[in-house]
Amino acid sequence: MSVPVLDTTLVPALGEPRPQPVPEAHDTTLPSGLRLVVVPRPGVPLVELRLRVPFAAASARAAAAHVARSAVLAGAVLLGTARHDQVEIAQLLQAQGAELGVSVDPDRLTFSTTLLPSGLAPVLGVLAELLTAATYPAGPVEGERARVAERIAIARSQPGVIARSALASRRYGLHPYGQQLPRTELVGSVSSAALRKLHRERVLPAGSTLVLVGDLDPAAALDAVGAALGGWTATGTDVPVLAVPQPVPGPLELVDRPGAVQSNIRLGGPAPARTDPELPAVRLAAMVFGGYFSSRLVENIRERKGYSYSPRSAIDHLAGGASFLVEADVATEVTGPALLETTYELGRMALTTVTEAELDAARRYVLGTTALATATHAGLASTLSALLGAGLQPGWLAEHQRALGAVTVEEVTQAARRWFAPARLTGVVVGDAGRVADALHVLGPVQVTATAEPEPGA
Amino acid sequence: MTRDGADLTLRHPVERFTLDNGLRVVLAPDRSVPVVAVSVFYDVGMRSEPEGRTGFAHLFEHMMFQGSANVPKMEHARLVQAAGGMFNGSTHLDYTNYFQALPSEALERALFLEADRMAAPAITEENLRNQIDVVKEEIRVNVLNRPYGAFPWLQLPPVAFESFANTHDGYGSFVDLESSTVEDAEDFFSRYYAPSNAVLCLGGDLDTAETERLVRRWFDVVPARPAPPTPHTGEPSPTSVRRGVVEDPLIPTPAVAVGWRVPDPVGDFDTYLGTVLLAELLSEGDASRLELRLVHGDRVAVAQSSYLGLFGDPFDVRDATMLVTQVHHPAEVPADRVLDAVFEEVARVATDGVGAEELVRVQARTSAQLLRQADSVLGRTLAFAAAELVHGRAELAGELAARLAAVTPEQVQQAARGLDPGTAAVLELRTIGGRR
Repeated sequence: MSVPVLDTTLVPALGEPRPQPVPEAHDTTLPSGLRLVVVPRPGVPLVELRLRVPFAAASARAAAAHVARSAVLAGAVLLGTARHDQVEIAQLLQAQGAELGVSVDPDRLTFSTTLLPSGLAPVLGVLAELLTAATYPAGPVEGERARVAERIAIARSQPGVIARSALASRRYGLHPYGQQLPRTELVGSVSSAALRKLHRERVLPAGSTLVLVGDLDPAAALDAVGAALGGWTATGTDVPVLAVPQPVPGPLELVDRPGAVQSNIRLGGPAPARTDPELPAVRLAAMVFGGYFSSRLVENIRERKGYSYSPRSAIDHLAGGASFLVEADVATEVTGPALLETTYELGRMALTTVTEAELDAARRYVLGTTALATATHAGLASTLSALLGAGLQPGWLAEHQRALGAVTVEEVTQAARRWFAPARLTGVVVGDAGRVADALHVLGPVQVTATAEPEPGA
Repeated sequence: MTRDGADLTLRHPVERFTLDNGLRVVLAPDRSVPVVAVSVFYDVGMRSEPEGRTGFAHLFEHMMFQGSANVPKMEHARLVQAAGGMFNGSTHLDYTNYFQALPSEALERALFLEADRMAAPAITEENLRNQIDVVKEEIRVNVLNRPYGAFPWLQLPPVAFESFANTHDGYGSFVDLESSTVEDAEDFFSRYYAPSNAVLCLGGDLDTAETERLVRRWFDVVPARPAPPTPHTGEPSPTSVRRGVVEDPLIPTPAVAVGWRVPDPVGDFDTYLGTVLLAELLSEGDASRLELRLVHGDRVAVAQSSYLGLFGDPFDVRDATMLVTQVHHPAEVPADRVLDAVFEEVARVATDGVGAEELVRVQARTSAQLLRQADSVLGRTLAFAAAELVHGRAELAGELAARLAAVTPEQVQQAARGLDPGTAAVLELRTIGGRR
């Protein structure tokens, strides 16, 4: 068949948008310092719960031990309280349709679950026990340590994890963000006493946020939280997140993974924080570059050249500093050309202007998909939890949407010039050095490093 | 039961009609948020592929995004995304789906796009060669370059089943993918992408009368073709243990998967529901039998899970299918020690049954998960569509929580009796060279 041409008269025009319902956020701070945000929402008879506790490493020197202890604590906090053992805790939650997921990232510890509405008080009761009376029993903790060590070994075998760790290490150096995965030998030496100390010092209501979204009555929810968590009154010093270091330009790092059939290209650099007025323009620039299917990077290295299945770019927000990230997993034999095209598209963003059509499409996509993502209990709860955890108000989302609506082509061009210049980005490629190094050398200086061998005795 | 089953029924009205060309249309309106989901499910999946054309259903799915009679390449994505919507498609064992979630004012645009490619996708040599390359990258990123990437969904079926439909690699061999031609694609389209072989399911912010008018406007013109017969995917039940071993140079620690044949998920639905809850009882969450035994009790596992169907959705597959339990375990623990513990736990359910209190807890968790999926307009719409295509009744998706809440301890015990270690299929995934 002949190549079709888009006949715009045939494409149905968009109708009149209906306004999005605006969630009604009930925002309270309890005497303990815990901030509670409750959002009643129509929809399915469920409640979503998110509790975020600030958990960044206190210093670069303490980071390695902190990362190891945090990784064990996330699982071990569920292993027993003064009143219930691990099995009873799990069953109490399950009876309410709940299952607490506990996770750590470089900034915070998060407890999250879905639950049936009738289970709010019992689930908050279990949560309160975990927060105030987790015992970290020695035998079960030993089992958790062994599991964490095995999971780290599995994670370290994944090329995406190797690439992310290498980029973080290059970008952040000795800053705690430079250490993405705990060291196995440190995990092996985490004691119950160390976990209890970490919990006592860092699992604090001050600075923490609890978000409840869904089928609930705000006043009753506030009462239930007050009754259940009133005893969580631990006090201590808030630990500020260390600002990330200024990036130092350097050669592309090629992490050798002999025999790899693909190369993982990762580029990263700083980006404006959520509170920075330049953020809306940078977000839209990142969309136009590689943030969604209709972007320049996807059209070039996927839909025209077939080098990659899922090339992408995004703005990632950590408390110590935001990042602009570019990722592409490409066939080994086209690693050089794929990096060339990626760099070309970055340079094109930085040096030439985007079109009005590109900007409008990116803007509508961001606004539309934000509405989709917050149109469920779970999506709204996670979004609010992230915003509050970053110190923002629930109303930030609406302000940000208005700001996105006002971004101009000139602002996008300036933002890309400032943040996307290839010379400003740090680069890592994980791949078979014997097959890709020569091509990468053509494009610039390359420093080859060996993949860390899996640690023995994990 | 602690809850009235009726409370768990999703009360979305479902309306349906069929066009003259055979397209079945399901509308599931819910106007609480200004979002619509549009989905088209074609009754062709990995199990429909002929010999020599492994991976073709998935490759063809990619071709459906390459433009169509009135839509140039890249414009499908642009028209959806520039309207503030998202799109995707996915290839399953028994169907291939295409979907968008969009602000409701973009409904007609999505209907236009789906109708245009149902009538005439842009199957060209250039597009085909490009998408063969993209699919090969997809397979590299998800399987060839990823530790555990084929475990167990591509590695267990050759051990567990007999027929080509059930055993072949649905992602496709590179030889088959590279030898695919435009003619193959045109034949595949002609045979399987007839409107009478598809379900169009729309959910969310819909006015039903207006939506029916729009559907007829865009889809009535798609020419009718006969639907192919539903592929035969059933198999006789196994009568012996089958075991396979795969060595993977990329993995640091071993894993094992066991698959048992289960009742026909469509023809024997009531019995099958007992099996669905059995899988939940065994493996879902921290209070489940296998989590407590393998991970915390014996400490022979790093992680475990059990599920129905190789893709994890119990309600979107036809016969033959399996209950799969998979376990990642430390290298110093032999796979047979893990298997013995799994078989013991299944036997304990088969022999001693399940306490009513435990089952109620499991049902509460299962209900919550089903409701969570249904909270998203897209998740709900896809569930309605799959139920219409596979079970012939979209309404079933809304009734599942209530149906599962009505399952008795005896049904779960009966299901466990069906998981005979003597007819299990076992796949061991081993490390190479003593490297952990």
